[in-house]
Amino acid sequence: MLTTYATERPTKHAGGIGYGRRMISVRNETRVDMEEKVAANDNWVAMIGKVRDSKDRAAFAALFQHFAPRVKSFLMKSGASESLADECMQDVMVTLWTKAHLFDASRASASTWVFTIARNKKIDALRKMRRPEPEDLVWGPEAEPDAADVVTLRQESAKLTKAILELPQKQRELIERVYFGELSHSEIAKVTGLPLGTIKSRIRLALERLRHAMG
Amino acid sequence: MPWDNDMSDVKHHLTEALLMSYAAGTLDEGYALVAASHISLCDACRAELQSYEAVGGSLMDDADAVHMSEDALEATMALIDAAPAVRPRVLKSDRVLPGPVQDYVGGDLSDVRWRAVGGGVRQAVLKTGDKSMARLLSIPAGAAMPDHSHGGLELTLVLKGAFRDEDGRFGPGDVEVATEHVHHTPIAEEGEDCICLAVTDAPLRFKGLIPRIAQPFIGI
Repeated sequence: MLTTYATERPTKHAGGIGYGRRMISVRNETRVDMEEKVAANDNWVAMIGKVRDSKDRAAFAALFQHFAPRVKSFLMKSGASESLADECMQDVMVTLWTKAHLFDASRASASTWVFTIARNKKIDALRKMRRPEPEDLVWGPEAEPDAADVVTLRQESAKLTKAILELPQKQRELIERVYFGELSHSEIAKVTGLPLGTIKSRIRLALERLRHAMG
Repeated sequence: MPWDNDMSDVKHHLTEALLMSYAAGTLDEGYALVAASHISLCDACRAELQSYEAVGGSLMDDADAVHMSEDALEATMALIDAAPAVRPRVLKSDRVLPGPVQDYVGGDLSDVRWRAVGGGVRQAVLKTGDKSMARLLSIPAGAAMPDHSHGGLELTLVLKGAFRDEDGRFGPGDVEVATEHVHHTPIAEEGEDCICLAVTDAPLRFKGLIPRIAQPFIGI
C-alpha cells in the first residue's frame, strides 16, 4: 500500500523556495511497495508504446493525467511561476508524444524518461542557455531492446525508487536540493551514498547490447 | 569511424558531482558541453548519468499533486496536432568531433575557424550564453601549452591525439578535471597534433611574461 504524503505546497520566501515540513513524520514511515511500482511502470511503458505505434489519444490522456501534475510540480519547485510551469508542462507532454519512438525501456523507466524531458524544458525556459545534448543511441529498424534487459531494468528502477523514497529525511532533502537546482556541482560532495550500483550496471549492460546490435 | 565507443580506452572520466549536476540540469553551459561530449564517447559515464536521471525520475514520481487547469489536456492535444515532426540530428559517419561540439562549431573539424595564439597553438572560441569560457585548442605534436592556472574549475576533453601532464596521459575521450590550485603544463604527444575542448569559468592566467602581455589581445 502506498502511504499518502502530506501535500503542503512549496512556499516562496526571500531565500528561494522552501518545502515547509511536508516530509516530517510521514516520510520515515514510508514503505514503498515494489510490486506496485513495477506494475505502474509496466502500464506507463505500454501506454507510451501505444502513443508511438498508433497515436493512441486515450493512452496519452492516461499518461497526461499521471505525469502532467508531477511535471508541473517539479517545474514549480525548480523556480518556475505557475503560468510558466503550465506552459512548460504542455511542452513536455507534447515532446512525450513526438519523441515516443526514442523511449527505450531497457535503459529508463517511464518516470525517468519524462523527468529528462522536463529537465530539458526547465533548462530551456529558466536558464535561457543552449543545452548541449549527448548523441542519441537509438535502436535501429531491426534491433529491439532486449526483453531481459527491460524486465531487469524495471526491477532495478523500482528498487532505486524505493531506496530514494526511504532515505533518511536529511539526505532526501539534500538530494531534492540538487535536483531542484539549489546546490551547485561544487557543493554536491555533501551528497553521498546514493544506491546507484545495480541500476548503473544494468544500464551499462543494455548499452553494451545496443552497441553490439548497432554493429 | 574514428570513435570507438567501446570505451575501454577512456581512462579519465567525469566526476560524480559533474554527472549529477548534468542530470539535474544545473551545470554551466560550457561544462555541460564537455559532459555531453564525453558522455557521447563513454558508455560508463552514460550509464552513470542515466542512473542519476533515474534518481530524478523517482523524485518527480513522488511529487506532490498540484492544481491543473481543466482544459490542460485539450490545450496540449491542440499543440500536438500542430507540432512539427522531430528531426534526428544528422552526423557524418567519419566525424572527428562528437555531436555536441559539432552543434557549436556548425560542422566537423574541417569547419573550425582557428586563430593562431602563438607557438603554433591555435584556438577557436565556442560561444556560450553564460560566463563559462569554452574553446577548442590545437596543440602541435610535441609542443607544450603555455603554463597556466585558472580561476575555477577547468575541464579539458581530448578529441584527437593525446597530451601528458602532471596527472598522466590523456587520449581521445579522456577528460581532465583540474581545480584552481592546479598549475599544469600539458604537452602534446609526438606524432599527431592534439585537439581538445577546454572549458573554464574564468579566463586562464598564464605564468610566463609574454603570454600575459599577449593575453588581452588573444583572448585566452
